[in-house]
Amino acid sequence: MTGTTKVRRVGNAKPPTRASKLLQNRWAGIAGLLIALLAPFVNASGYALSVMTSAAIFVMLAAGLNIVVGYCGLLDLGYVAFFAVGAYTSGVLSTRLDLPLLVTVPAVIVVTVIAGIIIGAPTLRLRSDYLAIVTLGFGEIIRITANNLDVTGGPSGIYGIPHLTDSPVVFYYVTVVVVSLAVLGAARLGRSRLGRAWRFVREDEDAAEAMGVHTYRVKLAAYIAGAVWGGLAGVLFAAQLSAISPTSFTFLQSALVLMAVVLGGMGSIPGVVIGAVVISILPEILRDLADYRFFIFGVLLIAVMILRPQGLWPARSKEVS
Amino acid sequence: MSLLSVEDLRLSFGGLLAIDGLTFSVGEAEIVSVIGPNGAGKTSAFNCVTGFYRPTSGRITLRGKDLPGLRPSAIAGLGVARTFQNLRLFGELSVLDNVRAGSHLWLKQSVFDALLHTPRYRRSERECTEQAHHWLDFVGLSGDRYSEARNLPYGEQRLTEIARALARRPDLLLLDEPAAGLNHGEKAEMLDLIRRIQALGVAIVLIEHDMGLVMEVSERVVVLNFGKEIADGRPEDVRRNPAVIEAYLGSDAHA
Repeated sequence: MTGTTKVRRVGNAKPPTRASKLLQNRWAGIAGLLIALLAPFVNASGYALSVMTSAAIFVMLAAGLNIVVGYCGLLDLGYVAFFAVGAYTSGVLSTRLDLPLLVTVPAVIVVTVIAGIIIGAPTLRLRSDYLAIVTLGFGEIIRITANNLDVTGGPSGIYGIPHLTDSPVVFYYVTVVVVSLAVLGAARLGRSRLGRAWRFVREDEDAAEAMGVHTYRVKLAAYIAGAVWGGLAGVLFAAQLSAISPTSFTFLQSALVLMAVVLGGMGSIPGVVIGAVVISILPEILRDLADYRFFIFGVLLIAVMILRPQGLWPARSKEVS
Repeated sequence: MSLLSVEDLRLSFGGLLAIDGLTFSVGEAEIVSVIGPNGAGKTSAFNCVTGFYRPTSGRITLRGKDLPGLRPSAIAGLGVARTFQNLRLFGELSVLDNVRAGSHLWLKQSVFDALLHTPRYRRSERECTEQAHHWLDFVGLSGDRYSEARNLPYGEQRLTEIARALARRPDLLLLDEPAAGLNHGEKAEMLDLIRRIQALGVAIVLIEHDMGLVMEVSERVVVLNFGKEIADGRPEDVRRNPAVIEAYLGSDAHA
């Protein structure tokens, strides 16, 4: 029995070693950023730039969905809804009101926050499978609405969205900077009081509630953050293509983003970045295989899931700040 | 005025009366045990106090403030912390992160602090980590604090859960069978720990089956049987109460 005069017994309460920290987020992030910045020096063809820009936008989507699915454990099958809301908001405002794309960004943030609340407030009272089904429904509702409204151009969508810049190389670098900030922001949120609360909810909602975490509010915050990330990715998407239509926002897109998060490692920022790059670039690399490429793509994904079920770069429990 | 007061608490699930008129109170820094056979309604009473169940009737007040109808998180905000009968740790998070959960309510940090890593963010994170270590030291956890909580031995998981509750800095701590599954030595340490928690000025309500521990540590004991309160008094009185002996040993037993 221990006495009342308790001595500090710290045990092996050592933080992870330097070497393992080296592998952790900061250095991985700098390495990833360098690769992204240097890539155009290897190949700056129009095709390569467009693939890399799309990959970067996809990384931003995955970083946003990772907040919802990875951190907070809310299975969202309709994430592309927010991507669509962002793309359409900036598309409509820039073409109808002749606004520069940059000016639409505050409006996009406001609209996606509202969309996050409208979709999240009723659905987040549900748990697990029910939540997945309802988000799936909302994803389709947004797409079908865009398909039928006049203001969104119906099935043919919106054309002539102004580019942010005329040079694809400059746009690529703008995208890389924006996406890097988004990834950094998501990582920092994940290491904050709110980010810990998300993980507590993911692990055990009742225990989190008992520790004073207002679980409903915290889940809504995750949903809104995910919505804003997705919406801003939508602005980049609209700027890149200058034309958007409902066919870009199908369930397949939601499924692919989710796949990037799961493949990379839920809750792990380096993981989801790698996952998103793999998911967006692999089909392009396999292009030579023509009709077989989606078959090979599928086989590769299954192989990864079997060999590394926890993801390519799983989150560590040692989330030390 | 007592810290926690429960008056004529009733709880029914459909036709089943889980709690049928429970009345007790807990003073500041007092240790009260709630005992009774399995299924007597002890944990249900805990769930009513902490807001996980809404009582069918009766009053529960903390320093005069009504608790029923509040969210569990709001009740935690008033200074109530609890542990769970079958351990509810955040299994995939580190031991340290589990205890950091206790800091959630008093950590001052906005989303913008987190995004910009302001000095306030750094200060609050440092403080939160120091506090977590402090409470792990307090409960005497010697294992690896950076490993996943689910990988700890059972006894250390119990201690981690208590450290997490203490990091909330509660005025009232509800412990649901803290000594269940512990060996003899660990039980002795738990007894010591409960006393040291009380010495911090924290009131404790204890559900426990280990009568040695209950009689040793409690100032008052409340006995439940089939949802009904059959005794409330000092441990030595409750021990001799015929109704209690009957509930525990059957009607033919002699004291």
